[in-house]
Amino acid sequence: MKQARRKFLATSVGGGAALAALGLLRPIGAYAAPFNVDAAGANNLKDAFKSLGANQMSESRDIFIKAPNIAEKGTVVPVEVSSKVAGTSNIAILIEKNTNPFTANFAIPSGTEGYVSTRVKMSGSSPLHVVVKAGDKFYHAQQEVKVTIGGCGGGS
Amino acid sequence: MADPMKIRAVLEGDVCNVKVLMNHPMETGQRREASTGQLVPAHFIQNVSATLNGRLVMEAQWTQAISKNPFLGFKVKGARGGDRISVSWVDNRGNKNSTDALVGT
Repeated sequence: MKQARRKFLATSVGGGAALAALGLLRPIGAYAAPFNVDAAGANNLKDAFKSLGANQMSESRDIFIKAPNIAEKGTVVPVEVSSKVAGTSNIAILIEKNTNPFTANFAIPSGTEGYVSTRVKMSGSSPLHVVVKAGDKFYHAQQEVKVTIGGCGGGS
Repeated sequence: MADPMKIRAVLEGDVCNVKVLMNHPMETGQRREASTGQLVPAHFIQNVSATLNGRLVMEAQWTQAISKNPFLGFKVKGARGGDRISVSWVDNRGNKNSTDALVGT
């Protein structure tokens, strides 16, 4: 049972990568965009960045992350991101130490501010990364969040 | 099927500040039921989209790492009082829900 699931995951993720390489997967932003299987399945930060297309990123001071430095409970960590990067079209949130770092990707059409606010789960203390896409360039910022009680497994 | 969402859209200058509260368990698939020790299957919102008078103003892909009963806030420029803002989501089981509100001044 478990083996079969592993195999399925491996093939589906591999298949996704092949499709992405062929350019068959449309980027998020098209209406009813398909679920980015590669990003969701990535189990380390590097693969997660790659699956978003962010192989090269510049550090940016125009990305503002508002998250607690110390979060008491990992189940509900408020995160606010505003991007002053001109032409911001995507804001992605990734949590480095979660089993699957990729957390969310917001497509921002022109006319919508480069701002999102949500609440995330963190399995423990971790850097929280934000990737902003503007034009065909990627920008990066991060903040360390200390978590007193983890948000996965135990408790609710 | 799904519980109703709460939505608030308030105009600040020409920027509409939208806040949405959704009802969803957002199960990670990694949590075990305390009484049985069985894994609770993953169940989470995958896609969220929002429109202003029918025009797409925000679209998001989410994972299980978004907290239970998710909160979403975003800001739309050029909105006017009385405009209609709609938000809808689809989860990994194909369940859907949507809500809308008029932009208040």
